Amino acid sequence: MKLDAKIPSGPLERKWERYQLEMKLVNPANKRKFDVIVVGSGLAGASAAASLAELGYKVKCFCFQDSPRRAHSIAAQGGINAAKNYQNDGDSVYRLFYDTIKGGDFRAREGNVYRLAQVSAGIIDQCVAQGVPFAREYGGLLANRSFGGAQVSRTFYARGQTGQQLLLGAYQALSRQIGLGNVKMFPRTEMLDLVLIDGHAKGIVVRDLVTGEISSHAGDAVVLATGGYGNVFYLSTNARGCNVTATYRAFKRGAVFANPCYTQIHPTCIPVSGDHQSKLTLMSESLRNDGRVWVPKKRDDKRPSQEIPETERDYYLERKYPSYGNLAPRDISSRAAKEACDDGRGVGPGGLGVYLDFADAIKRVSEPVIRERYGNLFDMYEKITGENAYQTPMRIYPAVHYTMGGLWVDYNLMSNVPGLFVIGEANFSDHGANRLGASALMQGLADGYFILPYTISNYFASNKQTKAKADQTEFKKVEAEVSVRTNKFLAIEGKRTVTSFHRELGKLLWDKCGMARDEAGLKEALQKIPALREEFWRNVKVTGGSGSLNQDLEQAGRVADYLEFAELLCLDALIRRESCGGHFRTEFQTEEGEALRDDANFSFVSAWEFQGTDQPPMLHKEPLVYEELKMSQRSYK
Amino acid sequence: MNLTLRVWRQKNAHTPGEFREYEATGIVPDMSFLEMLDVVNEGLIARGGEPIAFDSDCREGICGTCSLVINGIPHGGQRGTTACQLHMRHFKDGDRITIEPWRARAFPVLRDLVVDRSPFDRIVQSGGFVSVNTGQAVDANCLPVPKDDSDLAMDAAQCIGCGACVAACKNASAMLFVAAKVSHLNLLPQGKAEKDRRALNMVKAMDEAGFGNCSVTGSCEAVCPKEISLDFIARMNRDYAAALLKGKFHAKAQAAGG
Repeated sequence: MKLDAKIPSGPLERKWERYQLEMKLVNPANKRKFDVIVVGSGLAGASAAASLAELGYKVKCFCFQDSPRRAHSIAAQGGINAAKNYQNDGDSVYRLFYDTIKGGDFRAREGNVYRLAQVSAGIIDQCVAQGVPFAREYGGLLANRSFGGAQVSRTFYARGQTGQQLLLGAYQALSRQIGLGNVKMFPRTEMLDLVLIDGHAKGIVVRDLVTGEISSHAGDAVVLATGGYGNVFYLSTNARGCNVTATYRAFKRGAVFANPCYTQIHPTCIPVSGDHQSKLTLMSESLRNDGRVWVPKKRDDKRPSQEIPETERDYYLERKYPSYGNLAPRDISSRAAKEACDDGRGVGPGGLGVYLDFADAIKRVSEPVIRERYGNLFDMYEKITGENAYQTPMRIYPAVHYTMGGLWVDYNLMSNVPGLFVIGEANFSDHGANRLGASALMQGLADGYFILPYTISNYFASNKQTKAKADQTEFKKVEAEVSVRTNKFLAIEGKRTVTSFHRELGKLLWDKCGMARDEAGLKEALQKIPALREEFWRNVKVTGGSGSLNQDLEQAGRVADYLEFAELLCLDALIRRESCGGHFRTEFQTEEGEALRDDANFSFVSAWEFQGTDQPPMLHKEPLVYEELKMSQRSYK
Repeated sequence: MNLTLRVWRQKNAHTPGEFREYEATGIVPDMSFLEMLDVVNEGLIARGGEPIAFDSDCREGICGTCSLVINGIPHGGQRGTTACQLHMRHFKDGDRITIEPWRARAFPVLRDLVVDRSPFDRIVQSGGFVSVNTGQAVDANCLPVPKDDSDLAMDAAQCIGCGACVAACKNASAMLFVAAKVSHLNLLPQGKAEKDRRALNMVKAMDEAGFGNCSVTGSCEAVCPKEISLDFIARMNRDYAAALLKGKFHAKAQAAGG
């Protein structure tokens, strides 16, 4: 298989504009003849479904939540980047492009990232027009803050609830189209498989989570906007329902999966408090604008924070990265926290935590100002830990947060399966090996509002379409497979709960394929995962029936997919014998302990093709061609 | 600590439900309320029983999915806190805790503690938006919005759509939810053009969905996890009344052949 990224030729800054002119259009009167299936209703899915319906396409949108407003984009706190240069501090499309490529450790495509930076400004315009209440200055104009990995203030925000407000904007646009009859919404409905006819994606098989009914939906294109796979680690900042099933099912139907080992560990999360923990909670990166990260200089220093004098504190980010300080990128900050804790200088229970201290900021700008900036985050911290962070420093520790890997897509955001488009976190395209803060919201909305609506027209106009029907044999066959699998979970009647398998898998991955990875550990994981999977299919216990609302059964299907997907993740981490961004192989580091890339051998996208159950997947390599920038060692010193 | 739970169990929307008792043992203060239920469910599954169905997703208080009435109070009575953010340190060893679903005619129970809140979506579909297609926007800074207006709009926009306001209200009224959305958009210049239509249409959709009327008891505000103020209901009533009045003038103008 040859993976063609279809990056347009010509100068970087004109690629998208020229491509837009070259793409074929669908006549407005013909658009209503095309049915588009959108799976997922987060920022990418809702913005795509709304925009496609506005253009005149007939859209069906699916989500497993009880309402499209609940997708996990809603939990994004800090902000959204855009190259508006409203602050007159030297920002530009080029600088946002450069920061994103560098932040991604030179493992993203130049063409895609430049386009992302170009459309970023329009996103802010669109959201403001929808009524998104971004923070403003007294003059009535928009406010900005800084985020990690950038030296300009380009992040727009709505208190600590930016994702919520952007998602509600997209949800409202989607709701308007539902009300107008242009989108048919299917909440509490989970996609369980993809259906191909003559090699083209033509529909999906879903389960109604309330009645248990399995049914098919046919369309002229399928758009997956189903988010990331961070929950393969069991504990992550993702919502409980986030899962890999839609993208993994597509993988098993022939879509190649790119860079699964690129996972982002976010440096500022509330530490784990015990085995009962069901998820981890992020404390926005924006806190690092005012908070200072430190640990005691002495090992095993058990004194309360306020008794440790200034001279005995190690503000390690400021020390190691003076020019970016506490705003060093996420991968670097996370590893630095791990290093400090591994060195025995961690704080809190189990020594797995570092301080994020606001005492200086409160002295500098006063407590009310800090309260206005981050009040809801401090409240959330207090609810979870019972501690008041205005008085004592927060304790934070890194946690799985985002996955840069995803289904492979070309410049059209289409996978190698014709008619299967993948947008938002579910694809791999823009963040390379590490995503910068406030860029996920930007990418999700860029894909949904401004990129997919163009490229999907090009697909419709340049491919002769045959209408598929949901009662065709291809659909019935997949429906039958889905039913068999669903009933199989119930028939096993073993001894262990679904959660116990998920927890064990998650711990294994966190230990062997988390913040630091090495060959021996990855090989060990690759031996243990199949054994755990084998036990799952022999010994899992799922109660209840398939013909009703059964949350345990839903979870069983997701965990079964994680148990296969985890192997792909570890395999990808094993073959990438270099360190880059969120992928840190301990064998490959500089003398100062920084990630050591190997551009000569690894400047490619690894794209894995399914070869059958119990067969190793096949690796394809898409070389990363840099026309504009020179790959260089990332430095934030 | 050890607790006794009295939990509403119901097979589906068509079968009557009942309270059943469960022992929750080995609960630690750092657990969230939902993590405590996870522990109970793990035990139930291990014994071959069916776990208690309840909705949750983000578990950090923002998605609005969780929906439990705990000891008679939606979300459990900690100010500004959703059930997923309520921690067991607020309970004592030996406590007896009653857990029910949202109870409102417009929110039928689907199973156990899971209810159908789709009427909220239908209300938003009737007018909870600004009619602007993708690509039609002007530069974001060409229309200054006074900070006070923007902040007040944000106070309203924070609503997470959980439905606690309905569950707390003796009339099962959705006024706080609807008022929050109407106010959020009507306060901003971008929402002004559709101000009247929005208030009229959303109130109509609310009534049609079977929610009760508002008798200003304020219980909605008291349980709202985002502490959305009752003032927004007054603001919506004003917008609604103004829209009704203006509607009358339109009708006359048209009757006169205008």
